Amino acid sequence: MSDKREITLIINGRSYAVRVEPRRTLVDAIREECGQTGTHIGCEHGVCGACTVLLEGAPVRSCLMFAVQAAAKEIRTVEGLGSPENLNPLQRAFMEHHALQCGFCTPGFLMLVTGVLEREPDISDDELIDVLASNLCRCTGYQNIIKAVRAVAHDMRQARSTASA
Amino acid sequence: MSGKLIGRSVTRLEDPPLLTGAGCFAADVSFPHQLHMRIVRSAYAHARLVAIDTTQARRLPGVYAVWTAADVAHVPPIDFRLTRIDGLEPYRQHVLATDRLRYVGEPVAVVFADDPYVAEDAADLVEVEAEELPPLLRADQEPGEFAHGRRTEPAVVHKEYGDVDAAFRVARTVITLDLEIGRHSGVPLETRGAIARHDRARDVLELHGAAKVPHWNRDQIARMLGRAPATVQLYEGHVGGGFGIRGELYPEDLLVCVAALKFGRPVKWIEDRREHLIAANHSRQQAHHVRAAVDAAGRILAIDDAFFHDQGAYVRTHAATVPDLAAAMLPGPYRVPAYRAVGHIRLTNKTPCGTYRAPGRFESTFVRERMLDAIAAQLGIDPIEVRRRNLIGAAEMPFRRQIDTLGTEIVLDSGDYAGLLNQTLKKVGWDTLQQRLRARRSAGELVGAGLAVFVEKSGLGPFDQVHVTVDTSGAVEVVTGAASVGQGVETVIAQICGETLGVNYKRIRVVHGQTDRIAYGLGAFASRVTVMTGEATRIAASKVRAKAIETAAELLQAPADALDIVDGRVVRADAAAGPSIALSDVARALAPTANPRPREPGLSAEGWFHANHMTYPYGVHIAVVAVDRDTGAVSVERYLVAYDIGRAVNPMLVEGQIVGGFVQGLGGALFEEFLYDERGEPVSVTFADYLMPSAREAPRTEVVITEDAPSPLNALGVKGAGEGGANAVGAALAAAIDDAIGRPGAVTQLPITPRRLRELLRKS
Repeated sequence: MSDKREITLIINGRSYAVRVEPRRTLVDAIREECGQTGTHIGCEHGVCGACTVLLEGAPVRSCLMFAVQAAAKEIRTVEGLGSPENLNPLQRAFMEHHALQCGFCTPGFLMLVTGVLEREPDISDDELIDVLASNLCRCTGYQNIIKAVRAVAHDMRQARSTASA
Repeated sequence: MSGKLIGRSVTRLEDPPLLTGAGCFAADVSFPHQLHMRIVRSAYAHARLVAIDTTQARRLPGVYAVWTAADVAHVPPIDFRLTRIDGLEPYRQHVLATDRLRYVGEPVAVVFADDPYVAEDAADLVEVEAEELPPLLRADQEPGEFAHGRRTEPAVVHKEYGDVDAAFRVARTVITLDLEIGRHSGVPLETRGAIARHDRARDVLELHGAAKVPHWNRDQIARMLGRAPATVQLYEGHVGGGFGIRGELYPEDLLVCVAALKFGRPVKWIEDRREHLIAANHSRQQAHHVRAAVDAAGRILAIDDAFFHDQGAYVRTHAATVPDLAAAMLPGPYRVPAYRAVGHIRLTNKTPCGTYRAPGRFESTFVRERMLDAIAAQLGIDPIEVRRRNLIGAAEMPFRRQIDTLGTEIVLDSGDYAGLLNQTLKKVGWDTLQQRLRARRSAGELVGAGLAVFVEKSGLGPFDQVHVTVDTSGAVEVVTGAASVGQGVETVIAQICGETLGVNYKRIRVVHGQTDRIAYGLGAFASRVTVMTGEATRIAASKVRAKAIETAAELLQAPADALDIVDGRVVRADAAAGPSIALSDVARALAPTANPRPREPGLSAEGWFHANHMTYPYGVHIAVVAVDRDTGAVSVERYLVAYDIGRAVNPMLVEGQIVGGFVQGLGGALFEEFLYDERGEPVSVTFADYLMPSAREAPRTEVVITEDAPSPLNALGVKGAGEGGANAVGAALAAAIDDAIGRPGAVTQLPITPRRLRELLRKS
């Protein structure tokens, strides 16, 4: 299993030339080879969603993919959102609504929501619950995550209707 | 932002790094040249270990070493942190199994390799030969043999006051219930992790990935490895959830330390989820046989409870904590003039157990509140009226329970239980709710409401120590012996320090979980941090404030009593303008090189807070549910938690604790269960089998935080808020489901899974 492949991972617009075994998971390559440790590993069997990243714009479980499958594709992780000094609207909403406690699941939720709201900005409140139900959080009881995401979705719709008016 | 901070829902200091991927959890810690550890775990629930063949594993390229018990024979078993009672010592767990395997998941051997994938490959090549023995899987079965000459019942917890037998002789009615609570656990989203590194230059053994109780673990590791405590240091990074389970001292923590010392290379271990679900502490599983003696009016004369606590395969750091708390807290908010609890600690061939949020109380609240509902049903009295007749009155506070737990006497410090019950019923509109539910039931729906009342405990002492320092930039550092498991410790402590000292809380850095920064610390458990560390912080910050004002008074040529500190500046309290001085300048004037030389250099102080008694918050849960007749599924239509915590330092965070605790309780009440087959093979080993609530299952939760009964035991009047959300969920949902299906007392077992509920519905 030690035959390594040379691939390029493109994470948040930056290219990383890495050598990985074919069996290496995408999340391990993102974290260990590329040093982007904001993406977390919660279960390694695709249920909890802590490892969610955007691959070509779509949320994926990076624990269920091999790094070689993501070669040369555009990957986005939590590090590509706002910085601590300049949080993006979704991050700010999480802070203001107390939508995180330990913060371990948070990057996965942020990427899940980012991907979904970009593709389906008009998603209904009820459909949003179904989307959020694809990731697990053990601290918050979800209520504040739901509040934060609804607030951001609402603001985005508001901004679009203002812009188009 | 200084001024009034206590009681305000300010945003958290913790959030910016966690929102941007800058957090540092255990798996994020790496050192050059580190080895990766992988545990070979028992595949047998109960077996005699015959031989371990590591030849194949050692041959795999990249493998550095493979160990079995013989390699760690010098390491003693892991000792007890709390509630040590006689008889338990022989049942402690060794870091690797020696001659017998007692649960699936028990560490048997350990592989060290350059790469974690290789370590896992090699672990699969380790061959364990064992002779299977019949497993013991139920705590209420006849005890078996743990080891030669040792039975599987190491001890019995016994708590008693009053004349129980006399009360049963005069009772108008005796009610008997058999109740079971399932096996579940905290299951934080971050699995466990431990990274040890021996800094040979300084001869310091470092352990990263620590949580919850770093100082105690430091002292234990030092003792077990024969080192001076000052040469062992633990470092807590971000912790992905605690809930009682994370941060206790486990075999894997010792193994990385021993290996790092032996190999002279850092050793990293990160648990995978399957391992977590079979190897980290489980909790909760108990079977109770409870009797109550009551008079004609439904007043409880005595409770007599015998229960079997399923401890799993070994007695870990919590020793008798969970059964002790279950026995001690069962009477809850009621008078109960005579009481006896006999808790049999029983070992089984399952994962060892420890605490999980509201340990012993989730269980005993279910038992007690089921009993209150049974009394109501049997005597034909309204369940709320039965509770009112038995609740301890506000005038009876402080109320001595006449029993001890966790080394403290239970003295309910303050509370108006009936008052909170009334407020809560009013808030939900109980009577209207009942009418509506009756109408829906008449139309054929299975809907109902249930309620539970409980007392929690919090603020376990006996001490906490805090250092507060203002540096010459005006930044404040609060060094605590507390730990953070994600609950918002930094923010809450900064709020208390900021208000006391007169500084913006965002300029305050709160240090926790670093054993090299402070001599003593008890960490984060038993809802203790806001009470204990909070009060120590207030004391230290008050001293710093006094010192700043005293120094500034000289510098400003002003009387000290005319000065105040606002937003980090010492100002005249009696004048809008006038001379003022920044705390940074006061700190400079207190430098050891300052002229004139200060009497005691440094704008800093130490605060100690000691407490012999816990504080007791209390609450009410109300659930409204609908049961699906065909599937047995329960949907929670409405849930309300009312909780009196004396004083809320940050209501937003308190609410977060309550809602989060509630959803964990919901999991334990309806979904989550560690199940085993008849051979003792665990079947709940993934998140597809161990079902935790998602956003779809978690209903909108109403939270009422009250501050009617401040604790008389600390200056701020605070009580801990971490466990009341979980405490009564099983009890309230059981009552609501009984009501929905029209069968009082039907629910006798948690979790109330669709399968179990369908069986109940079939029987009706």
